[in-house]
Amino acid sequence: MYSFQEQIGFPLLTVLIFLPSLGGLAMLLMRGRPRWYKTTATVTAAAAFALSLLMVVRFDRYTAEMQFVEKVPWIERLGIYYHLGVDGISVLLILLTTLLTLIVMPASWNYVKERELQFFTMFLFLETGILGVFCARDLLLFYIFWEVMLIPMYFIIGIWGGPRRVYAAVKFFLFTLAGSLLMLVGIVTVAYAARVGVFGTPVFDMDVLEHTVFSLDVQFWAFLAFFIAFAVKVPMWPVHTWLPDAHVEAPTAGSVILAGLLLKVGGYGIIRLCLPLFPDAAVTFAPYIIVLSLVAILYGALVSLAQKDLKKLVAYSSVSHMGFVTAGIFAFTIIGIEGAIMVMFSHGLLTGALFLLVGFLYQRLHTREIAAMGGLASPFPVAAALLLFFTLGSLGLPGLSGFVGEFLSLLGVFSYNKAMGAVAAVGSMLAAVYLLWMYRRVMFVGPADERWRRLPDFSLREVGCLAPLALLAVWAGVYPNTFLNLIGPPSARLADKLAPYVAEHGGLLHDVFASLGGM
Amino acid sequence: MKVLVLLIPLLPLATFALTGLLGRRWLRERSHLPSVASVAVSWLLSMYVFYRIETGETFSWQVYSWIVSGRFHVDIGILVDELTAVMLMVVSTIGLMVHVYSIGYMKGDGGYYRFFAYLNLFMFSMFMLVLADNYLMLYVFWEAVGLCSYLLISFWYHRKSAADAGMKAFLVNRVGDFGFGLGVMLIFVTLGTLSFTGVFGAAESGALGGGVLSAVCLLLFTGAVGKSAQFPLHVWLPDAMEGPTPVSSLIHAATMVNAGVYMVARSSPVFSQSETAMIVVAVIGGFTAIFAASIALVQNDIKKVLAYSTVSQLGYMFMALGVGAWTAGIFHLVAHGFFKGLLFLCSGAVIHALADEQDMRRMGGLKNKMKITYWTFVVGALAISGFPGLAGFFSKDAVLGGAFRGGYWYLWLVGIVAAFMTAFYMFRLIFMTFHGEYRGDPEVYGHAHEAPPSMTVPLVILAVPSAIIGALLGLPPENGHIDRLLEPVFEFAVAGEHHVFGGLDAGLMALSALVGIGGILLAWLFYVRRPGLPRLAGERSGFLYPLLLNKYWMDEIYFALIVNPLRRLSDWLWRGFDVAGIDGVVNGTARLFRGIGAGLRPIQKGEVHAYLLNMTLGLGLLALVLILLWT
Repeated sequence: MYSFQEQIGFPLLTVLIFLPSLGGLAMLLMRGRPRWYKTTATVTAAAAFALSLLMVVRFDRYTAEMQFVEKVPWIERLGIYYHLGVDGISVLLILLTTLLTLIVMPASWNYVKERELQFFTMFLFLETGILGVFCARDLLLFYIFWEVMLIPMYFIIGIWGGPRRVYAAVKFFLFTLAGSLLMLVGIVTVAYAARVGVFGTPVFDMDVLEHTVFSLDVQFWAFLAFFIAFAVKVPMWPVHTWLPDAHVEAPTAGSVILAGLLLKVGGYGIIRLCLPLFPDAAVTFAPYIIVLSLVAILYGALVSLAQKDLKKLVAYSSVSHMGFVTAGIFAFTIIGIEGAIMVMFSHGLLTGALFLLVGFLYQRLHTREIAAMGGLASPFPVAAALLLFFTLGSLGLPGLSGFVGEFLSLLGVFSYNKAMGAVAAVGSMLAAVYLLWMYRRVMFVGPADERWRRLPDFSLREVGCLAPLALLAVWAGVYPNTFLNLIGPPSARLADKLAPYVAEHGGLLHDVFASLGGM
Repeated sequence: MKVLVLLIPLLPLATFALTGLLGRRWLRERSHLPSVASVAVSWLLSMYVFYRIETGETFSWQVYSWIVSGRFHVDIGILVDELTAVMLMVVSTIGLMVHVYSIGYMKGDGGYYRFFAYLNLFMFSMFMLVLADNYLMLYVFWEAVGLCSYLLISFWYHRKSAADAGMKAFLVNRVGDFGFGLGVMLIFVTLGTLSFTGVFGAAESGALGGGVLSAVCLLLFTGAVGKSAQFPLHVWLPDAMEGPTPVSSLIHAATMVNAGVYMVARSSPVFSQSETAMIVVAVIGGFTAIFAASIALVQNDIKKVLAYSTVSQLGYMFMALGVGAWTAGIFHLVAHGFFKGLLFLCSGAVIHALADEQDMRRMGGLKNKMKITYWTFVVGALAISGFPGLAGFFSKDAVLGGAFRGGYWYLWLVGIVAAFMTAFYMFRLIFMTFHGEYRGDPEVYGHAHEAPPSMTVPLVILAVPSAIIGALLGLPPENGHIDRLLEPVFEFAVAGEHHVFGGLDAGLMALSALVGIGGILLAWLFYVRRPGLPRLAGERSGFLYPLLLNKYWMDEIYFALIVNPLRRLSDWLWRGFDVAGIDGVVNGTARLFRGIGAGLRPIQKGEVHAYLLNMTLGLGLLALVLILLWT
């Protein structure tokens, strides 16, 4: 464990987490001065990004230990600490968070007409919540950041969303809230189960909890409580139906953050808590979870194929892609886990970019109906090239980031069970079907509608928002080791921890209830 | 040497980036300059590499570690051996010719820069494909050439047919790649490595064997079936003719479609260990050879005839590989690359001259208007028909001889019949296009002209290897230059003593020559001597003619069995399951609670006496329950 004092000398994580909120509060003083507060928002996001780069530079990528650790007693009597720390997995997702937040600022420059100030502050508050989740080392702190994340998103959808925004926002809120309440129950259960003796102090410290061996019944129920909370966020089939509504109604920037980051906290939570804390339960449930993931992969792909609305298509495709995350994680190998994390990272880049593209197109066309489009490659050659790039990335074309994650995750599942691997591979075949079919209907077969022929192509600002995502997608596709090195040690440690449990529980479709009978 | 080899793919990659980024605004009609220059240098380098390999050197090295995850480790690595050198030679030569040809062919097209950018991207990917030293890299660039194929088929994206054809090509290939990908994973899970040397070593030592080895071969072959357009995944290639003709020549005749053949040949140490896999390869190849040739007999679109011909000739190559005549398969690949590349470019010159007319029923009498095109076309047609002395004669004979000697007399027979068909449909094409009276719009005929030098020069240059490369590489039969060159590559796969060319072989050779000439004569009879015969034959054939004309209704079958059910299923999953089902339950739950709330609201309307009553009733009820439980 490396404390922040020895690594950098100031509490980097605290500064990183709360800097965006401070920026957001400062903006409240600039009411009525759009240029000022928009610049402040962008500069704040840029500063957070720069800090996260500094963190990467100082980060020791050869260890699985927590780094930049800060630990201050908070509610000592209950064993609650203000405790932060990061490993390679967190670092990668933090980078993604600060980058995407930075990008949505210029992307939303002229997007909203009303309450623009609040719009920009919401994203900064949201960033604090997400960063907090990726840094928290105390369960209660984790929970608090988790909830902090929920509220700005609810407002972003509910205030600046489309026509059915209230329905979508409430649905989003209720699904996630149901999950987080279960998680709270899980947290309390775990904290009390881990204390020493009946009158001991509850334990919220993840460092301690990771080394605590819980009884099978605690593992069973706590795993379920946590897992359902995370599964809603991922989202796994069949608790995914909040996602298409939320995406379609959310403003562009909201969709980017939602798909790029909020879905990732689900996968992150599973890796950070469900596996290391409850290994027996995780191993026991694995076959069922992989099956559900396979359903999500195929189902999401098939439902995407039927979509008439461009944004909804991208939304459903997320369900399919995130299936590779959960499937890869529960293969319990380094390859599968690293694959899952790479899928998350790549999905953040590519789907984030796809939502930006859809948003930019919508600002020109004022429709997202695929059937109304066609032949748009002629008026918008730059847009067509960019959409092609991210579409290809999303369908897993080798050389771009999507392939590396998907292949490793598939390989993980395949080595777990060959038939399951084959089924998952069908999903990546279907991705090509719905994505190319979409591209053909949007960009090819013309001429484009009369109204759109004279519209301007993407501006420098819009290309500038997409270019960093494209560059990273190429980087992660051509030289993925930069990122794999980062997540390697913690993934290896996790896989090592789980290996004996996998060996013990063994076989496929291990009966859950048989293992429960023994306790 | 390392740098020189690396430059072969990297130069086209650099000009791809250059042309792609600057072409639209800055290079415009000069977009071909960097592209052609880079491919020309790549060609020179490839020739140099070929020369070095001839002297018996081979090269391999790791450029960098690509993906490292746990025990999974794959490099970007380069392997240059005799097989690679042969492929580099074919790809770079035809690539260069097609680049030059495109200057004239694509002149004035709105997407000029885009065309050359895509072509360069293709050259990069194809070079990397043959340079790869492991299965994952092969898979990567296999997909990359598929992408270029997609982009170039859909090049004229305004046309619905072009957009659909590009998508179809990509998706059908994805079906094949699904198998390829599983094969790659199975190799890794079994052996823990994906490098060619590692896998081949395991196959030779027996570490990879039995059912797993057969499964690996069949999965890999699924990919080859897709990429090399073999039955039943051949359906994309004829549609791919929607792309500009230089593309059809380069990608869909001479190079990319050979990738499947190359992959199986490259994997010869593995395939040769599985009798099952070998027989599957041979039979699929043989069947495709005759199946596609039969369709080509009746097609009226000049490029469709050539497309089905390509499918058929690729079938020959697989047949050769499957019967263990490895060198013959590669020999035919080389020869076919040259003459089919030439034939497509010739057809492009014709289409160019006739204002984009592709229907041979509206052609004819072009012999004197386009002398260079005509004579180079005839050279190509004679070569593919197996006319004695030309390229196809030696290579096809090597394939058929291999089948016969391997004991696969039925495949030999299939091959001979298909060879007869080949000669017939090729000269049917020649006669319908160049001989007789012109049958189309007279005004178009008036404007018809020979192509510009940028197009005719490549034709003449390609006609030379189409004529002589067979003799150059294939003489003496069974022990020609190519046999000696490729011997180290197929050393392990071809166990046993060397075959000596004898009387039987000479007889087979004469027979296949006669069959080719017979086909040409029959075409002459049908289309020159007695022009009424085709119609008569069509009417008398009953069901057969529509069956062939409609390509055995394969597209319709796929639509009925796969495409339409898939679309119905996806629609039902969305509307029926997702929206009505899952969301129905969610919203139903919400409504239920709202209903309960509405039902309960009257008891809390702030009237104290009502609360008092409720409380009394409740206490009474509770007391009752307790008393009941107590006793």
